[in-house]
Amino acid sequence: MTAKLPDPMLPTPFVVQKVKRETSDTYTLDLSRADGPTNFAFAPGQFNMLYAFGAGEVPISISGDPAVPKTLVHTVRDVGNVTRAICRLKRGEVLGVRGPFGVPWPVDRVAGEDVLIIAGGLGLAPLRPALYHLLQHRGEFGNIELIYGARTPKDLLYPKELERWRGRFDLRVHVTVDSAADDWRSNVGVVTKIIDRARFDPPSTVALICGPGVMMRFTVLELMSHGLTPEQIYVSMERNMKCGIGLCGHCQWGPYFVCKDGPVYRFDRIKDWFDRREV
Amino acid sequence: MDTMEPILAAHPFFRGLDSRYLKLIVECASRETFSPGKFLCQDNEEARKFYVIHHGRVAVEIYRARRGAVTLQTIGEGEVLGWLWFDRPYHWHMDARALDLTRVISLEVQGLMDRCNRDHDFGYELMRRYAHHLAVQFRVTKAQLADFYGD
Ligand SMILES: Cc1cc2nc3c(=O)[nH]c(=O)nc-3n(C[C@H](O)[C@H](O)[C@H](O)COP(=O)(O)OP(=O)(O)OC[C@H]3O[C@@H](n4cnc5c(N)ncnc54)[C@H](O)[C@@H]3O)c2cc1C
Ligand code: FES
Repeated sequence: MTAKLPDPMLPTPFVVQKVKRETSDTYTLDLSRADGPTNFAFAPGQFNMLYAFGAGEVPISISGDPAVPKTLVHTVRDVGNVTRAICRLKRGEVLGVRGPFGVPWPVDRVAGEDVLIIAGGLGLAPLRPALYHLLQHRGEFGNIELIYGARTPKDLLYPKELERWRGRFDLRVHVTVDSAADDWRSNVGVVTKIIDRARFDPPSTVALICGPGVMMRFTVLELMSHGLTPEQIYVSMERNMKCGIGLCGHCQWGPYFVCKDGPVYRFDRIKDWFDRREV
Repeated sequence: MDTMEPILAAHPFFRGLDSRYLKLIVECASRETFSPGKFLCQDNEEARKFYVIHHGRVAVEIYRARRGAVTLQTIGEGEVLGWLWFDRPYHWHMDARALDLTRVISLEVQGLMDRCNRDHDFGYELMRRYAHHLAVQFRVTKAQLADFYGD
């Protein structure tokens, strides 16, 4: 007898265990399976389709720790109908989850390398699981540098965790904002400028980048000016999605379906599409 | 031996510069230390110095009567401050304030200009670095204007 595989189009109910407000419009939700504690295994960089009943379904990256699979964590910014419904959920309420989907960050293939994690705004959410993984396997990697930029100090995600990471001797954390009042003790300036201060050996480095398109474009240029090749750079892309499993074509981007060929791409594979306005 | 020369030689702005030229620069150089909160320069003051930062952090600010000081950029070790010194009216266009204890080598601009005018090869080397610095500043400003983190 063959075991029946779960239908990837059927959402599994999850209960909200905790909601934490990160910024004025962004919330982190801890979820657990409604039918009892079950592990939710995923790889850093993957996403789920979250279904807010009565509103609709959207792709959201998993932002939690892959080594703590009992709790599923998502960080969501309220930008429209569905994300607003998700951000308004309270403890004990239920939402549907399909996933995990997509190509992850290559964290298990970069042992021995220096790793640059470069995030802009909400882009830290999909990169956080990668950082958890790197820190759990710290001995396998060279320098690890986290470079994180946001508009203002109030727009930074996970500020307490950033402080904790900053206190570690085996990780260098550079936080920068576009503008700040004079009580801000860290950097002001764009993330690309901070790359100058990071310690890495260009031929033995990989960079993982996530943020808005313009930020990723400038960051890739800056990394290449420091000697990285497109093969050493990974970016995470976003497109509107429906099925999340490569069936409907909704997320088509050039020759790719972002839900199944991405969202994480090695830059050399997409460089011809990356800069295009409409594809 | 003056310890400024190796510091300048290792600084990204001057890296690779012939030691003959480094000696010319050292002739215009002096060390300064700024404690946190102290100004390296202030808006409208005459720009007599070019700062080579080798330790610490500096906030580049514009002061607005209503909002107070607005930080445009922070700069630190390995960077330079005062990139408008080659152009009239030779005035600072902003304030720069030490955030941490900051050690700099300050270069006397008039002395540098005189040496550039006397030795055009030296002038070219300095201008090349200056042009690169301007290009980087331009890239950074463009990126900042693009609202990097907005969707
Ligand atoms: C692989 C992947 C991972 C993602 N991870 C996260 C995450 O971790 N956290 C999170 O908050 N969001 C994430 N997103 C974006 C999220 O899916 C969208 O914000 C969401 O689909 C918007 O749906 P809505 O119904 O709330 O808004 P809509 O009503 O569909 O749109 C409202 C406004 O938001 C804009 N918008 C819609 N989608 C996006 C988008 N992808 N990026 C920027 N602007 C958009 C629209 O143009 C419109 O102006 C991810 C997207 C993808 C493809
Ligand atoms: S969302 Fe349907 S193919 Fe990608």
